[in-house]
Amino acid sequence: MALAEKLISPQAYLRSQTRWRPAEIVFWAAALSPYFLFPNYLSLASQIAVSALFALSLDLILGYAGIVSLGHAAFFGIGAYTAGLLSKYGWGEPLSGLALAALAAGIVGYATSFVICRFRHLALIMLTTGFGLLLAELANSAGWLTGGMDGLQGIHTWNLLGYFHFDLYGRTAYGYALAVLFVLFLLARRIIHSPFGLALRGIRENLTRMPAIGAPSLAHMRTIYAIAAAIAGVAGAILAQTTETVSLDSLGFERSAEVVVMLVLGGAGRLYGGLVGAAIFMIARDRFSGVEPQYWYFWIGILLVAVVIFLPNGILGGLAKLTARWSRS
Amino acid sequence: MSVPALATRGLAKKFGSLVVASDIEIVLPKGVRYALIGPNGAGKTTLINLITGMLRPDAGQILLDDADITVLPPDQRVRRGLVRTYQINSLFPYLTALESVTLAICERSRAARTWWRQLPAYRHEIDEAYEILVALTLAPVCNRPTRELAYGQQRLLEIALALATRPKVLLLDEPAAGVPREESKELFAAIAGLSQDITVLFIEHDMELVFRFASRVIVMVGGRVLVEGTPHEIATDPRVRAVYLGKATARTVRDQRHG
Repeated sequence: MALAEKLISPQAYLRSQTRWRPAEIVFWAAALSPYFLFPNYLSLASQIAVSALFALSLDLILGYAGIVSLGHAAFFGIGAYTAGLLSKYGWGEPLSGLALAALAAGIVGYATSFVICRFRHLALIMLTTGFGLLLAELANSAGWLTGGMDGLQGIHTWNLLGYFHFDLYGRTAYGYALAVLFVLFLLARRIIHSPFGLALRGIRENLTRMPAIGAPSLAHMRTIYAIAAAIAGVAGAILAQTTETVSLDSLGFERSAEVVVMLVLGGAGRLYGGLVGAAIFMIARDRFSGVEPQYWYFWIGILLVAVVIFLPNGILGGLAKLTARWSRS
Repeated sequence: MSVPALATRGLAKKFGSLVVASDIEIVLPKGVRYALIGPNGAGKTTLINLITGMLRPDAGQILLDDADITVLPPDQRVRRGLVRTYQINSLFPYLTALESVTLAICERSRAARTWWRQLPAYRHEIDEAYEILVALTLAPVCNRPTRELAYGQQRLLEIALALATRPKVLLLDEPAAGVPREESKELFAAIAGLSQDITVLFIEHDMELVFRFASRVIVMVGGRVLVEGTPHEIATDPRVRAVYLGKATARTVRDQRHG
C-alpha cells in the first residue's frame, strides 16, 4: 500500500511527459534574441527559421515514424513554387500563399505516400531520392513555368497582414518565419503527444509488431507523410515569399541531403533536434563560406563525422545524456 | 452445435519444395484451452503465422466465428479478435509498459487516429491499460521503458498487449519460453485466469504445463496434424510416443526443448 501510494499515477506520469520544460522556454526566448543581439543578421536568422521548419517536418517522418527520405526537398520545392507562382500571377498575400503551398505539398505527399510507405530501408531511400530527382528535372524542363535555371522571377509579396512590409533587413521576414515556425512547432508537438504520435513511436520501435496489436501502420504512415509534406511545403513557401525568388535548388538533391544532415546533427526524434541542427548548419555555412567559399562542406563533413561517432543521438541526445548524468550525481 | 471460434480447412503452405503446412484442419470451440505440441520444425509457429495472416497460405480457408478471413490483412484480423503473441519478445523497447498497452487500446478504440488531442486526455484508455498491467502484476514497473524490464516481465507484457486488443481467440507462441520454471507456472496461472469467453491455443513443450492447463491437445509433425485429443488420450497414444523417439515421457520432451 505504501509503495502504491508512492507510485505516480499513470495519468500523472503521461501528463508530465507532455509538460513544457524550462529549457524549451529558454529556447524560444533565445529565438527572439537576434532582434537585439544581431540586428544585421536577420536575413540569416529567417533562413535558419525556414531550415528549422523544414528539418522539423523531416523529423516527423524520420525521427518518429522511421521513414528515411532523401527526397524531402520535393515538398519544400512544391511549396516554394506554389507560393512563388501565386505571387507572380497576382496573388502575393503571404498567409493564404502558405496555406495553398501546404495544400499542394500535402496532396502530392499523400498521393506519393501510397507507394513510399510500403517500402523500408534502402528501397525507401532510393525511392524518395528517385522521386526527388524526377521532380527536380520536371521543374527544370518546365522552364516556361518555373523559369528553369534562371529561377522564378517577378515575385512580389504583399505586406504581412496588410501592414508589415517585407524590408531589406529581414525584420519582417524573421518575425514571419519565426512565428510560423512556432505555430507549426506547436502543431508538431501536439501530434507527437497524441495517441497518433504514440502509434508513430510504435512504428519506429517495431513496425512488424504493429499489425499484431491491430494497428493500421500503413494508414498511420500515410497520414504523417502527408502532414510532413505539407509542413515542408510551408517552409519552402516562406523562403519564396521572403527572398522573392525561387531557384531550382529549392527542390534539388542537395537540399534533401542537407536537411537530413541538419536533423542528424541536432538529433532525430526529439522535435528540437532539427531546429538546433538547422541553426548550427546555417551559421557554420555562413561563417565558413566567408572564409573558404569553395571548401566549406569540409567542415560540415568533419562536424557530421564527429557527431555520428561520438554523439549517435545527435547534439541534443548528447546533451540529454549529460544532464541525466549530472542530475543523478 | 455452436459455431467454432476458429477453424481451418485444408490449410497448406510450401516454401519452395519444403512443405511446412499440409491439409491442416483444426476446429477450436469457444472458450476451450488448446495446447499445440510437436517436435521442433513441426510447423507450429508457421500455423500461427498462417492463421494470423503473417503468412499467406497456398491453399485452404481460415474461419473466425464462421466468417472467412483467409485474405484479411493481419491488423484487421486483430480487430476482429484473433490475436497472437510472439515466441521471441517482440515489443517496443523504448516505450514504457503503460505506453505500449495504452497504444494497443488506442488502436482498438481508434483513438490512435486522432492527432489533435493529447494522450493524457484519454483517461478510459489509460485506466484500462493500467488495469491490465495490475492484473498481470506489472503495475509497479509500468512507467519503465520496456527494455529495462526483466525477461519474465517482458513475457507478461506480451500477454498484456494481446489482452489490450480484447481477443476472442488468443494464440500464444510459447508464452513461457525462456522463463524459469517457477515463473512459468505463474505465467500460465495468469493465462488460466483469463475470461472463459476467450478461446486459447498455446504452443508449449513442457508436458506438465500442457497437462495442467490444456483441456485438449493438438500434436503436429512435419507440417501435419498427427492427432488431436484430451491430454490423457495424447499421453497414451502410441503414434505420439513414436514421434518423441519412442520414449515420450514428460521428462524427455522437456529435455529436448533445452537440448
